[in-house]
Amino acid sequence: MKITRRGFVKGAGAATAIGMMGTPFIALGASKKVVVVGGGTGGATAAKYLRMADPTVEVTLIEANKHYYTCYMSNEVLGGGRSIDSIRFGYGGLGSHGVNVVHDVVTGIDAKAQVVKTAGGQSFNYDRCIVAPGIDFKWETIEGYDAKVAEDIPHAWKAGAQTITLRKQLEAMKDGGTVVIAPPGNPFRCPPGPYERASQIAHYLKHHKPKSKILILDPKPKFSKMGLFVQGWKALYGYETDNSMIEWRGSAQGSNDNAVVKVDAGSRSVITGFDDTIKADVLNVIPGQKAGKIAFAAGLTNDSGWCPINLHTFESTMHKNIHVIGDASIAKGMPKSGYAANSEAKVCAASVAALLNGQEPGTPAYVNTCYSIVGKDWGISVAAVYQLAQDGSKITKVSGGLTPTDATAEMRAREVAYAHSWFTNITNDIFM
Amino acid sequence: MAYNNLKKALIGALALSASSAAFAADDKPLMTGAGAGMLANTCAGCHGTHGASAGPATPSISGISDVYFEEVMQGFKSGEIKSTIMGRIAKGYSDDEIKAMAGLFSKQPFVPAKQPFDAKKAKKGAKLHDKYCEKCHADGATSAEDDSGILMGQLTPYLRYTLDDYKAGDREMTKKMKKKVNQLIKKEGDAGFDALLNFYAQGKQ
Repeated sequence: MKITRRGFVKGAGAATAIGMMGTPFIALGASKKVVVVGGGTGGATAAKYLRMADPTVEVTLIEANKHYYTCYMSNEVLGGGRSIDSIRFGYGGLGSHGVNVVHDVVTGIDAKAQVVKTAGGQSFNYDRCIVAPGIDFKWETIEGYDAKVAEDIPHAWKAGAQTITLRKQLEAMKDGGTVVIAPPGNPFRCPPGPYERASQIAHYLKHHKPKSKILILDPKPKFSKMGLFVQGWKALYGYETDNSMIEWRGSAQGSNDNAVVKVDAGSRSVITGFDDTIKADVLNVIPGQKAGKIAFAAGLTNDSGWCPINLHTFESTMHKNIHVIGDASIAKGMPKSGYAANSEAKVCAASVAALLNGQEPGTPAYVNTCYSIVGKDWGISVAAVYQLAQDGSKITKVSGGLTPTDATAEMRAREVAYAHSWFTNITNDIFM
Repeated sequence: MAYNNLKKALIGALALSASSAAFAADDKPLMTGAGAGMLANTCAGCHGTHGASAGPATPSISGISDVYFEEVMQGFKSGEIKSTIMGRIAKGYSDDEIKAMAGLFSKQPFVPAKQPFDAKKAKKGAKLHDKYCEKCHADGATSAEDDSGILMGQLTPYLRYTLDDYKAGDREMTKKMKKKVNQLIKKEGDAGFDALLNFYAQGKQ
């Protein structure tokens, strides 16, 4: 169904019951089928919350892997403060909500016939499909770097095997070694992530290999939470002193001077846009990003490489009855973060439940909360509450902001405890 | 509990809510009037599904008094109650939205946290609770009906932070609470508070 602007406003009051926690919505007629493609943060949340909004909907979630490793908190694995098992989640919890979980690889979505097809030869009909494709990499933007090379020179931007590889390389590195981190250009998954990663690695090196250095080669002139990271790095890692553990080299707007343009895997070196060659002992190259593969296969992307959507329902503007959530979607105004994907999934689930029942979706509400752990007892955060513009043009921030730079040590320590709570609760909210 | 605080906070927040919630900086009109469930869903990422937190620190907000919920949110919104992140978040909700969330969360069951405690200290804490706290935090601090916070089974780090803020004068106590807290400090010192926290960490009497 097409949602008009007037319909938006008119329906806002009528459909507020949809999406109420634990409030069953009784559907009439034959049961409706929803297929969720992808069992990451967005997909798993959508499947669970759709079942909570309307238990009469048959929800099938299709995911290639038996376990999901969260990208968030994987930097603590690199820093040695957390085990890889603590960021691993299975799908049993979704089963208990009545979600039918299928482990297979989705190869295509026929939007016209409303069928999802898998590598295993299975077909799934749907009334509505929710796609959470996650990210893929623009390998072609860095010469000499591809999926195969990444097994030894990891991006570790999808947590799991590469997180373990990178951690092992850090453990094996000699004291006095150089770790090079090459963050991607915008937009990308988890904007503060590369800088939290540098912080966590610095935390590890400070205590185990204090003569070592971390060099960040950035294609950008600035980065997320920059002032707060710099403040923490100065206090904890001697930033901007002769003895600084971390060095950040940014690139001016429009320049690629300090961007990694080439990787020489054999010598574990990178070449920058300025033609500097830098040899690393441990090399972490995070390429530029685009929507996950299935988004391209299903024709859900535009020229930007991401998926345009209706910001109220997350329905694709490329194909009807297919919704796209999470990092792959163009959720104008919201960052590509785990909390954003979780929040978008709930808005999408409520909208899908309404639409399946012939109702206008209710007024949406969105939040993002993102913590970074800079070092021991040093947590920082950014948060935002959003409302949708009535003309549907933007998810608009109505409040929020960063940890103040004059926060006390006590408050920064509390933010670490709250960051760990955030992780426990959001992963329960997604997978349990 | 502190109706006076609530009233003060409400007055302070009026100016804010009128301007901040309906329009963005670029003056595009925004959709308002989200339902309680939709609003409450935005809290779950940090406070747990239905507001029941698995910890280790972020408080559970399920099953708590709606009056207390509103009072604290208004305190965050006005800045009167110190916080790490909630001040930034609370300003994003109108008074009606806060009321809607308060109503919804108060109807969810409170789930006591599972956390370690020292049984000996907890025993002492039980006695101190009866003497100093039970009048306002009734039924062994398990009741929401007195519109004070549920302390029994709440996450210990959160209770400790909140107590620290009260003691440091960063959060305003009611007259009654101030009197009792001062008596407790005088008689038992920090060990008294520690005993209380161990008692509440039990999750049950």
